[in-house]
Amino acid sequence: MSRRLLFLLPLATLALMAGFFAWSLMAGRDPAAIGSAMVGRPAPKLDLRALRDGDKPLTDTLLRSGKPVIVNFFASWCTPCLAEHPLFMRLAQREGAVIIGVAWKNKPEEARAWLARLGDPFLHAGLDLDGRTGIDWGLSGVPETYLVDGNGIVRFHFRGPVTETEVRDTILPFLRDGKS
Amino acid sequence: VTRVLALLAVMLLAFPALAVEPGEMLKDPALEARARDIGQALRCVVCQNQSIDDSAAEVARDMRRAVRERLAAGDSNDQVFDYMVARYGDYVLLKPPFKLGTLVLWLGAPLLLLLASSAIMLAVLRRRATAPLPPLSDEERERLRTLLGRDGSAVAPSEAQRSRGVSSGPGKVSPLGPSALGRDDA
Repeated sequence: MSRRLLFLLPLATLALMAGFFAWSLMAGRDPAAIGSAMVGRPAPKLDLRALRDGDKPLTDTLLRSGKPVIVNFFASWCTPCLAEHPLFMRLAQREGAVIIGVAWKNKPEEARAWLARLGDPFLHAGLDLDGRTGIDWGLSGVPETYLVDGNGIVRFHFRGPVTETEVRDTILPFLRDGKS
Repeated sequence: VTRVLALLAVMLLAFPALAVEPGEMLKDPALEARARDIGQALRCVVCQNQSIDDSAAEVARDMRRAVRERLAAGDSNDQVFDYMVARYGDYVLLKPPFKLGTLVLWLGAPLLLLLASSAIMLAVLRRRATAPLPPLSDEERERLRTLLGRDGSAVAPSEAQRSRGVSSGPGKVSPLGPSALGRDDA
């Protein structure tokens, strides 16, 4: 009898694998996702020259102001950045969010022209022309967005464009509750 | 002919192309060698399965530069790895670390092998331990004698092997010795 059951083993294996693959497809499992090691750690150093003329350079004190801030890495050559841009405009105008923009591997005049054309949601804007700050922040490309709480701890890290859903479910609650 | 041979030799000696450009390299050959060791073990974060030394991606180049800057600043290899893992997680290591979350990855295959081999071993042992076959009836004995010829001492497969359908090995065995069953193949 138990020997008969043994013949079910291949079938059971198949069922197990089929189940795993089905779940992977349905749940949108992404084996290429990097995840983020930054969450829960103090934000890396911020030491950038200003993107806009006449602005002061960006420093760490901006990240430890007691207020939650959004740090957004973008570039004028980046299409997904274009897609998420209206959401940041809304966060800045309607919610009064403090958003720090970092132009990554972007010529400053092109980044400035992009902001002039589409609107500028950034309270502070810096320039990371050679991508050094990007590596220090664990960046894999643009756009990426970090939510840093008032004590300078990274609370969320979005790789890729921020979506409407993420604004509603994550960013807005963070801005509300992160205020201290 | 020499030209063809020379070309062949060059092709055999050719190294796989690296994306490390001469301009990025460190002046100190020892440091550069360490940077290569590290670069081979770090995974480019925008390519599926390439080391940063093999990748031409922008971020991979930035990471190579970061590795070299840390080495030049006096970091040990482990410190450089820690720096990258702190920013990109274990994902950045081409060889995953041995810890609780990767236990299945490291031990899964050996464990499966152990399980399968012990299952097979158990099955074989159990088969061997089965009770000897009942002695031949007179009818079977008679048939056996006619099959083997008169003297009954021809080279033939043992009953044990025959009755199990196992092919016979060479050897002279008495067909009328059921007492030896189950032992002649031990």
